[in-house]
Amino acid sequence: MHNYHLDHLQYLETEAIHVMREVAAEFERPALLFSGGKDSICLLRLAEKAFRPSDIPMPLLNIDTGHHFPELNQFRDHRAGQLGVKLIIRTVESAIANGTAVPAPGEVSRNRLQIPTLLTAIEEFRFDCCIGGARRDEEKARAKERFFSFRDSFGQWDPKNQRPEIWNLYNARLNPGENMRVFPLSNWTEMDVWEYIRKEELEVPGIYFSHPRKCVRRHGQWLPVNDLVPPKPGEQVQDLVVRVRTIGDIISTGCIESPARTVDDIIAEIAAARVTERGSRADDKTSEAAMEDRKRAGYF
Amino acid sequence: MPVPIQHPVDILRLNTCGSVDDGKSTLIGRLLYDSRSLMEDQIEALERSADLTGGGRIDLSTLTDGLRAEREQGITIDVAYRYFATPRRRFIIADTPGHVQYTRNMVTGASAANLAIVLVDARQGVTEQSRRHTCIASLLRIPHLIIAVNKMDLVDWSEERFIEIRDEFEGFLPRLDVKDVQFIPLSALTGDNVVEPSNHTPWYPGPTLLGHLESVHIGSDWNLNGLRFPVQWVNRPNRPTDPELHDFRGFSGQIAGGIVRVGQKVMALPSGQVSTVKQIWTYDGPLQEAFCPQSITLMLEHDIDISRGDMIIGPDNLPGASADLRARVCWMHSRPLQRGRKYLLRHTTRTVQAVIADIEDRIDMATLEPVPDPAEMALNDIGEVRLRTSGPLVFDGYSTNRLTGSFILIEPGTNATVGAGMLFPPTEVVKPEYSDFAI
Repeated sequence: MHNYHLDHLQYLETEAIHVMREVAAEFERPALLFSGGKDSICLLRLAEKAFRPSDIPMPLLNIDTGHHFPELNQFRDHRAGQLGVKLIIRTVESAIANGTAVPAPGEVSRNRLQIPTLLTAIEEFRFDCCIGGARRDEEKARAKERFFSFRDSFGQWDPKNQRPEIWNLYNARLNPGENMRVFPLSNWTEMDVWEYIRKEELEVPGIYFSHPRKCVRRHGQWLPVNDLVPPKPGEQVQDLVVRVRTIGDIISTGCIESPARTVDDIIAEIAAARVTERGSRADDKTSEAAMEDRKRAGYF
Repeated sequence: MPVPIQHPVDILRLNTCGSVDDGKSTLIGRLLYDSRSLMEDQIEALERSADLTGGGRIDLSTLTDGLRAEREQGITIDVAYRYFATPRRRFIIADTPGHVQYTRNMVTGASAANLAIVLVDARQGVTEQSRRHTCIASLLRIPHLIIAVNKMDLVDWSEERFIEIRDEFEGFLPRLDVKDVQFIPLSALTGDNVVEPSNHTPWYPGPTLLGHLESVHIGSDWNLNGLRFPVQWVNRPNRPTDPELHDFRGFSGQIAGGIVRVGQKVMALPSGQVSTVKQIWTYDGPLQEAFCPQSITLMLEHDIDISRGDMIIGPDNLPGASADLRARVCWMHSRPLQRGRKYLLRHTTRTVQAVIADIEDRIDMATLEPVPDPAEMALNDIGEVRLRTSGPLVFDGYSTNRLTGSFILIEPGTNATVGAGMLFPPTEVVKPEYSDFAI
């Protein structure tokens, strides 16, 4: 007996596969942004579901800020190798060296500097579309994003002038130099991502699970102590059992104290959580409009 | 303590619409706040911005008015999506602005919705905007409608005023095609009848807003009669050395209607070639049958020429095929729609050229009556249009199937999406040339 009904994960999956195939069919030179984080891990599985038994018809692209968690980069390389997909890495380091990215005096964060690095990579490979793992539930400016997000020839997002997106009919047409960012996980929540990881038995980097780490308390969060984040005078280094909930740069990603050692534990923890995912990212706390400003400038 | 989420099984997509100051954003903020879908840091950010700008009062609308321009002007300028879950259901809210010049966003937000909430200010009553939003909800065939009469606290919870507004709606609802309507008196600001029942409305026996959202029967929105499979991408691994993949040729896509089964006869349109389904391939293994809206890869017995934009159909409930089309069009661009203009028309996975043969009428939003033979259609106008396309479309009436009955118009050059169309049912269906295809 069949009831012709999709549960919420099946619904989100078929929606995302449809979007992925639109990209393959409508664009000449698409790329898939893969960081090794949990959202882009789901994207890769969806790409397998959309395109197998053929090869995934686009390379993976990662902008390495030089401030990544080493565990994340290891996982990124390992997973790309497993799938046999070409992985293109462009670093903020070399963008600074050749002058395409210029840090402001005293600017430590690589967050802003990712933007020119990404835009230069898009030009270098003449990518006309980048698939990203952003979700609308992450943040207020993201909540206004379309599945197919048009960027002008400067890579800019104009929230007042977005293309209406109606039914499942996506307008993918571009003029030369313009670019599309496509977000198949638009309708997914953090909970959906973890439930999908559980259902598909996807491997994730170990730092998502609880592990011992030396941390300092700064700006109301636990920052991992490392070469880039040395303890400041007066700060006390503590040995904690933590995990990361969302992975940004190592200098701005807060750890949360957690005993969650399995995907099931994480799902139970999120169900009871009282802080949103991006709450542990210092880069969004700067101002109310932080994300909007970065997106206008061409951020993911 | 929040109630842990117990694997909700279905998703309800809803759309909120109302005029400026009807309190949409506050209502959504209230839904999220009272259903405990807000997190500590969101509440903290609320309080922070309240301290800075709001004289200490928490403003729930700042939860959804995300863009700087919106906070400056105190309005919502684009569709914002919100997600929340209760133990019974998961919800995707498309919050769409009521601004006259942004009505196109309502069509964007509402096209996929199961349910629409039209907000009315109890003091203002029915406005042209409320008519417009109700009319669009009906044209888009959103199955369920809630008329939320907001700011009841400002009319002293008057039952009389509530009934007055309900009667005004009921005066024009029969002219629209709306099947299920629920009127709810509430106050987003105070929270009465949003999540918790109100003490102020003993005369209202009905459900709270959330109560109704959790219990309304959404059944299946998808059409399961008559297979429609628009081919999205041809899957050819092209690996001559691999014996298993050597001959693999699949057609990938999302089923837009009906059910497909292994062994059944199918026809590819517009070519009219007939074959049999050999395999339904998925990454998770082959299926015996698949249904709308699953994404699959079909393999056929015969090597027939099929490419993106073609439609694979089954032998029952045949679609129409024509280059002469009639549709209701919602115009979304400041450059008006005029007779003789040419656009690109995107329907399922197919893009063709289209010329506007005629504009039959334009709906007057004040009366909801059609005005015949308008000179043109301006931004936010809705009207009946005749089009001629460069090749025949394989389609259904929008009332039968939203996915095969809808299209968008794209302006060549700027590539702007300028219109959304809902097709009238075909006057005649496809005539299969092969006698063994028809039953």
